[in-house]
Amino acid sequence: MNTRRTLSIVSVLAVAVAVVLAGCAAPTATTAPTGSNDPSATSGPLTGTVLAVGSSALQPLAQKAAELFMVAHSGVTVTVQGGGSGTGLTQVSTGNADIGNSDLYAEDKLDAATAATLVDHKVCVVGFAAVVHKDVAVTDLTQAQLIDIFTGRITNWKDVGGADEAIVLINRPASSGTRATFKKHALAGADEATGVALTEDSSGTVRSTVAGTPGAISYLALSYLDGSVNALSLDGNAANPENIASGKYPVWSYEHMYTKGEPAGAVKAFLDYLAGDVFKSSISDLGYIPVSDMKVSR
Amino acid sequence: MAGKSPIGRINAYYWKHEGLGRALATALGFLLAGITLALIGFLAVKGLAAFTTGRVPFLAFLFSTKWAPDSDPPAFGILVFLVGSVLLSLLAIAISTPFSLATALFIAEISPKAGRRILQPAIEIFVGIPSVVYGWIGLSVLVPFIRKAFGGLGFSLLSGALVLAVMVFPTIASLSADAIRALPAEYREGSLALGATRWQTIRRVLLPAALPGILTGVVLGLARAFGEALAVQMVIGNRVRIPGRLTDAMANLTSLITMDMGNTVMGTPWNDALWSMALILLLLSCGFILLARAAGRKGAAR
Repeated sequence: MNTRRTLSIVSVLAVAVAVVLAGCAAPTATTAPTGSNDPSATSGPLTGTVLAVGSSALQPLAQKAAELFMVAHSGVTVTVQGGGSGTGLTQVSTGNADIGNSDLYAEDKLDAATAATLVDHKVCVVGFAAVVHKDVAVTDLTQAQLIDIFTGRITNWKDVGGADEAIVLINRPASSGTRATFKKHALAGADEATGVALTEDSSGTVRSTVAGTPGAISYLALSYLDGSVNALSLDGNAANPENIASGKYPVWSYEHMYTKGEPAGAVKAFLDYLAGDVFKSSISDLGYIPVSDMKVSR
Repeated sequence: MAGKSPIGRINAYYWKHEGLGRALATALGFLLAGITLALIGFLAVKGLAAFTTGRVPFLAFLFSTKWAPDSDPPAFGILVFLVGSVLLSLLAIAISTPFSLATALFIAEISPKAGRRILQPAIEIFVGIPSVVYGWIGLSVLVPFIRKAFGGLGFSLLSGALVLAVMVFPTIASLSADAIRALPAEYREGSLALGATRWQTIRRVLLPAALPGILTGVVLGLARAFGEALAVQMVIGNRVRIPGRLTDAMANLTSLITMDMGNTVMGTPWNDALWSMALILLLLSCGFILLARAAGRKGAAR
């Protein structure tokens, strides 16, 4: 009880502090000590604050962009917070945040009227792969086999060409954006078996659980692959940026940054920076795929 | 309204040396009580929304085991999580109480000196360890151990209960030790004078006399076990099924709330259902606290 309450109080306080800081930073930014004697700062008139809240899958990228952006524009404060796609969409639609980060389209989460007030900015593409424990000899599955495994029809690795070993299913929570994407594009929308799979809260714990549980299978964003688990190819196509960009590998989704109405000022500058050529190499370095590289679209 | 108004007697001296401190303490005390009430009120409003909008049927919510919030039509039955929470906390208390009582007896009766120097600080350190640390130790040490020793996946009711047992141990041990220490010295002296050994004194005189205080500790430990989320969530596997064996994976209320709250949008039935679960947790915790107070009062009446 205590921990949960403390956590929620801390997160509420954090948001409050961020909002207060956002309010305070605007008037002080022009008189900041670094800016007062620096001629380059006066030539760049851009000041203000940006608060981006939401998806933890997008958070590393947004954080990196914020750091680089603030170096170029010392008058702007960009704050990036996690909290999940649902939180991001709620906060941006109520006006508490400037940008709502989401793994999913707003239409999938919000009611149509609220979603219509938001403007979608696709910042990158993220690919997902089915991952297995290192002792699993299987390296490729057909989509039909993958569906049979996640719906509970196949329960032993020997039925898909592996050793005689029970399959341990590990899911993300039903509300997770990663799970929704995997279900839609890898499982063709098939309902996962209930009461069979374990559920892990975050991509980090999925990775450590798959790495530590013999026979385990789950799914991860490509940005989380680090060699501790094996990624499976699907219908003979490896999960890599080239196959995703060319459309051979179908399990990917856009990462969205939503604004309420068309962005302006610092928020617009930040979004332009994310979409610009300067930041493109950082997107690839962090394991995401720039939207401009995609030869297919959805 | 005869006589001088008390306001007339208030002067600068009084304010400086008495009134100020008193006003400050009163104001802060009321503020805190107000915050507690506001929190309960907020949770009640949010928690009842699912039922008042008619989107989640109340009886199915409490008594159905079908939890499929992303299906069409969605199903919001929390019985699996409710039973999971109850099983988990009761098992944790059952494991923890004997150890906690033994520690309390050691500190209060058997060796107060060593107890104060070694065990008391150890208990205080236990309290200070953040729950995520318990969770990580559980995940990286306990889960693989249970998988090897007892079979299954390691993520299980047993792992969760063991982690919780360690976490509630300080609560039960320190409250029990206080209860035993608070007993009048005559109890001990009388018993020993009648020729009882120390163990007989403890078992037949001290433990029964301190029982209400010990029960208070156990119930507060139960409340803590019921509400713990982070550490438990990392080791129970979060499988939406009532566990049939100790080594089966399971799910409980708190872990479901923490996993889904950030990813659902406010105002949707799914999000409302999570608030309702939080309200149920709060009501059960309040129930536990009332129970603890009742146990304490019974002790005072003796």
